[in-house]
Amino acid sequence: MSASNLARAPDARFADLRRHFLASRGGTLGLGLVTLLILAAAFAPLLAPYGPYEQMRQAILHAPGGGFPLGTDDVGRDVLSRLLYGARLSLSIGAVVVSLSFVTGTLLGLVAGFAGGIVDALVMRLMDIMLALPTLLLAIAVVAVLGPGLANAMLAVSIVQLPGFVRLTRAAVQVELGKDYVAASRMAGARRARMMFLTVLPNCLAPLIVQASLGYSTAILDTAALGFLGLGAQPPTPEWGTMLADALQFVQSAWWVVTFPGLAILLTVLGFNLVGDGLRDALDPRLKVG
Amino acid sequence: MTLFLAHRLGLVLITFFGITVFAFALIHLIPGDPVMLMFGERNVDPAQLADLRAQLGIDRPMIVQYGLYVWRALHGDLGTSLATHDSVMDEFLTHFPATVELAVSAMLLAVLIGVPLGIIAALFRGSTTDYSVMGIALTGYSMPIFWWAILLILLFSVTLGLTPVSGRIDIAYDIQPVTGFMLIDSLLSEDSGAFRSALSHLILPAVALGTIPLAVIARMTRSAMLEVLSEDYVRTARAKGLSPLRVVGLHALRNALIPVITVVGLQVGSLFGGAVLTETIFAWPGVGSWLIHGIARRDYPVLQGGILMVATIVILVNLTVDLLAGLVNPRLRHRR
Repeated sequence: MSASNLARAPDARFADLRRHFLASRGGTLGLGLVTLLILAAAFAPLLAPYGPYEQMRQAILHAPGGGFPLGTDDVGRDVLSRLLYGARLSLSIGAVVVSLSFVTGTLLGLVAGFAGGIVDALVMRLMDIMLALPTLLLAIAVVAVLGPGLANAMLAVSIVQLPGFVRLTRAAVQVELGKDYVAASRMAGARRARMMFLTVLPNCLAPLIVQASLGYSTAILDTAALGFLGLGAQPPTPEWGTMLADALQFVQSAWWVVTFPGLAILLTVLGFNLVGDGLRDALDPRLKVG
Repeated sequence: MTLFLAHRLGLVLITFFGITVFAFALIHLIPGDPVMLMFGERNVDPAQLADLRAQLGIDRPMIVQYGLYVWRALHGDLGTSLATHDSVMDEFLTHFPATVELAVSAMLLAVLIGVPLGIIAALFRGSTTDYSVMGIALTGYSMPIFWWAILLILLFSVTLGLTPVSGRIDIAYDIQPVTGFMLIDSLLSEDSGAFRSALSHLILPAVALGTIPLAVIARMTRSAMLEVLSEDYVRTARAKGLSPLRVVGLHALRNALIPVITVVGLQVGSLFGGAVLTETIFAWPGVGSWLIHGIARRDYPVLQGGILMVATIVILVNLTVDLLAGLVNPRLRHRR
């Protein structure tokens, strides 16, 4: 963010951000996708023709059509209804995971950046160690310790996302600490906590917001992957990845039970990635890819 | 360069140390008594249990146990699988070539398609071509590959009947493992059918696994190319009247590829993660499906050993990439 931007009133900055964001076609498209998803989740009970666990014994593996827009699964549950309720789950998964890793990661990054020395080295080496394991594998290992289940899978994924937030915060803090306004605030006698959270943190938020948006999509993707491997949400929960795993045995006979849950994951992840890209371009034109 | 090297090696050693602590702690963090897990029976003679504890060294202080663990790991002893009673290291080494074969093929696909796509998008910046390429790349980047793999099977195996659904080669062929890489071993068998079979088994998993790296590489190549194309030396080259092919292919591409090479190296880690999913779906007998089977069977030494090995490989690959990048670009060497 440029100096002239900083000097302006916050709402002018926001208007600027909104203008830049809406100017990018991708960002707008992503925002549209995410809005649709939120609406679908919010109004799931109104939109869904059936309950997510309701079994229609007379319509097992019913092809799309005839009262079941997206067909039914192997125990006669309406796929569309399950997907709509699953949207609630996916949105909550993303929100919980990102909040957990955002708060913890920012805190660790702030501490590392401010403290420097041995504390900094310890935190950063710990992050290096976490980064040495492929994210999915680290999540699998954590779930193996905690036991399978949706809550543990979410915890595992938020642990996996920590290093991104910690590194970004620390890097931003180090840049900010060298600036005059920080020195001025220090000389004015600001206490360390005030410096951390009120003086420096607000100026480090831009990259963190982008990371949060991109982290939202990774959270949904990784939790679905864990569900798919049988380590996340357990059946009959209408979690999209778990639904896919359940449906795997019907690949040859009922294409709809495997196609739609995956499509839901793809569109959701795509939406949040587009928003993340759009935000990055709007917040920091220097990072603009094109 | 020596300082740079020493600094990097120091960091790598610390990371490796941390990974051994993590892998060691894994077994102790998992609920349940490791010895009871090994027996898997309820009514075991307590004396026998105590014997086994002593034999495994579980009765000794934690720090001694850790020391023993690292000592053995450094000598290639990762313990014994609870399910098969084979050495974990041997099992890892049997499954590893399959994963390498899959990962290398996936990466080759990703580079061979991703780099040209990125260049084209950069050259036609802002055009429909650019937008479509980047749209496809972002879709690939957002792809749940476990679903993508199923779609590929649905289309190419189930509907078109072009490729097999699982495994590395048709069971009709009895291939002697020479290198462990099925493509090479089947070529060595001098049976042309065997090679074709191995290739047709490889293609879908490789496409599934290569999709995300392909998308990442295409995006990276495009932005690196755009950056380079605006440099003065490219303008000079153009002004000299060099043909566009020479300017792009020789002057711009060389420098644009440096960050791309780094990205390729960094993707190795995520390839292992993706391999877990891809191998599970295609019943590909690699490290990923071995690990997932290990977890399903609560075979913790397999999980522990597998994680240590994968992390070690990722660390070494990242170190190599770092050093290569430092070698190519002196500016990196002096930045800490």
